[in-house]
Amino acid sequence: MNPAQQQAIQELLLKMADDALILGHRNSEWVGLGPTLEEDIAFASIAQDKLGHALALYTILHEHVGAADPDTVAFMRSEKLFKCCHLVEMPIGGYDFSLMRHFLFDTADALRYEMLATSMFEPLAQVARKIRGEIQYHTMHANIWIKQLGRGTEESKARMQSALNEAYPLALGIFEQSSFEQELIDAGFFAGEQALKERWLKTIQPVLDAAGLHLPDGSQPVFGGRMGYHTEYLQPLLDEMSEVFATDPTAEW
Amino acid sequence: MTTTEHDIWQALEDVMDPEIPRLSVVDLGVITGVRLDDNNVAHVTMTPTFSGCPALHVMSDDIRERVKMLSVADVVVHVSYEIPWNSNRISERGRGILHEMGFAPPPKHDGYIKLDVLSDVACPFCNSHNTTMQSPFGPTLCRSIHYCHSCQQAFEQFKPVA
Repeated sequence: MNPAQQQAIQELLLKMADDALILGHRNSEWVGLGPTLEEDIAFASIAQDKLGHALALYTILHEHVGAADPDTVAFMRSEKLFKCCHLVEMPIGGYDFSLMRHFLFDTADALRYEMLATSMFEPLAQVARKIRGEIQYHTMHANIWIKQLGRGTEESKARMQSALNEAYPLALGIFEQSSFEQELIDAGFFAGEQALKERWLKTIQPVLDAAGLHLPDGSQPVFGGRMGYHTEYLQPLLDEMSEVFATDPTAEW
Repeated sequence: MTTTEHDIWQALEDVMDPEIPRLSVVDLGVITGVRLDDNNVAHVTMTPTFSGCPALHVMSDDIRERVKMLSVADVVVHVSYEIPWNSNRISERGRGILHEMGFAPPPKHDGYIKLDVLSDVACPFCNSHNTTMQSPFGPTLCRSIHYCHSCQQAFEQFKPVA
């Protein structure tokens, strides 16, 4: 692997791992607050999966790209060095927003891992072949709720539409390209954000149609996260997440 | 007496999934390789059922402890995704044990899990197919929650995973 390819794969792994870590943390905030017991457990389970995905990706960074160990990378970096998109940083809001974010993000995530299952970067391909099976349950859960609430009462429909209006520009930010996009494509590591976005649009459309929801017109993508520019919500999340680790990095329990 | 790889496999049958304590790690299908190297060090390769499974560390500690009881110089447990776990890897005996313990075993799949497979689950208590899935997420990542309308009993399924 040449230095540019090395950097390209590092950027890709880091943004995917950071998305999983931060969204995992956000999803876990529903524990004890879910609207029904089953939904409480669903968000807790999805959160646990996300942390597993983050760990698998940080482990590849550590073992193959020379990064520090996963705990250090997850808990000791400054905000500026995070590469997550703004969508995952946003507070949980109402259940409508959290469900819509779950639907938009996990559909993209499922397609991303599907594409990466044939990556020429074998360590990532192996992890992707595993994770894609787990994510089938996330998209299944999201699709059921988007359709049920979209076709539910006037209020549920209005709330899901307004959640979509809010989350969609943020979701477009998932596909912000790094400056190494071409290296990833040329090396056969990943077919790129543009290709992923096209598949994503084709996949969310039939679900939204079935739910009677409409993509908002003229949405501009919210970019910045992949370059290290974040919302005001990320730093407080990082403070909370790393509180125990920062107090005593050698603690065991 | 020298230890063989066969002895290691046999020892691993004593190591149970901490969340389903009658199901061994061998029957669960998480052991993907066993090797004794020239220095008599045992290498056991395992793969997680779910990447976020918190039982992974417990299983890997238990494996180390059990294999150390054999006459080997050391034990190294490797976690690898080279051969990923999927629910078809659970052995026939493992399925039987799941059923005896009140879990519906995962249906065999061909690489993709369809919704109708999840909703058509036989009740492990009365074998009725008049059941519904309550939630694809249960008390652990690998279990879903179902309800049997025939015997009016909630039960869990060990989830099919592709």
